[in-house]
Amino acid sequence: MSDTAPTAADSRRLAEEARARVRFEEEALDLSDQVYRVARRLVGSREEAEDLVQQTYERAFRSWKQFTPGTNLRAWLLRILTNLNIDRGRRQQRAPQTTPLDTEAGDYFLYNKLEAQLPEENPDEDRVLERLSQDSIVDALADVPHDFRDVIVLVDIGEFTYADAAQILDIPIGTVMSRLHRGRRILKKNLADGVPV
Amino acid sequence: MIDWCDKCEELMQPYLDGSLSDAEVEEAQHHLELCSWCAKRFRFEERLRHYVRVAVSEPMSAELKAKLSALRTPLDA
Repeated sequence: MSDTAPTAADSRRLAEEARARVRFEEEALDLSDQVYRVARRLVGSREEAEDLVQQTYERAFRSWKQFTPGTNLRAWLLRILTNLNIDRGRRQQRAPQTTPLDTEAGDYFLYNKLEAQLPEENPDEDRVLERLSQDSIVDALADVPHDFRDVIVLVDIGEFTYADAAQILDIPIGTVMSRLHRGRRILKKNLADGVPV
Repeated sequence: MIDWCDKCEELMQPYLDGSLSDAEVEEAQHHLELCSWCAKRFRFEERLRHYVRVAVSEPMSAELKAKLSALRTPLDA
């Protein structure tokens, strides 16, 4: 008994570790709404998003010691989530996702199209925006090829910095910026195409 | 001759992202003060971004929230 009994120092260390673990889990759970919101738009269905978030938290709680305190926990959780998403076979879909983008319109295209449909001259921006329904936005985003969509979801929906998005997706910052630029244009093109004439 | 409206269309995204150089910001702002046509499209883009964020936000279900909480390590472990 005396050989294996923990010393006071061991007990202290264990107690400290237990406290750190509880703190970690609480902080991670506090971020779950934000993690889910991003996850929901990275994948196609609510069920998939729920599975993915649950697996993410299972893995995060198992490997909590790998997290460096003081760094961005939300980005760390999203990194786990995107890796799990890739493991689920999404990478296999990469090839057909390279849609030709030569039909891509400029940044004013959506506004010009919506404005032209309104009867009044020089309408207010809010009037123009009202032409878009919530459902049409959800559909237009879902139709953006996923390499581009991932970046839009992280930066524009999840409000991650370019640097965080680059780390989460394991791609260079320059690629984040170019995909974001193009992805937003594709999104706007999809929105314009989805508006009833 | 530079077409400033075309140039502003190119600068819009990085302008709203805050990733332009000071000189480019100044160029864009100068044009936006003179051109209400571009200024309107910039305001629209800003609102659109916000609107998209709100429109695609779907809250997590209470069931999932409970499931995640249940994953926590029991306190006496």
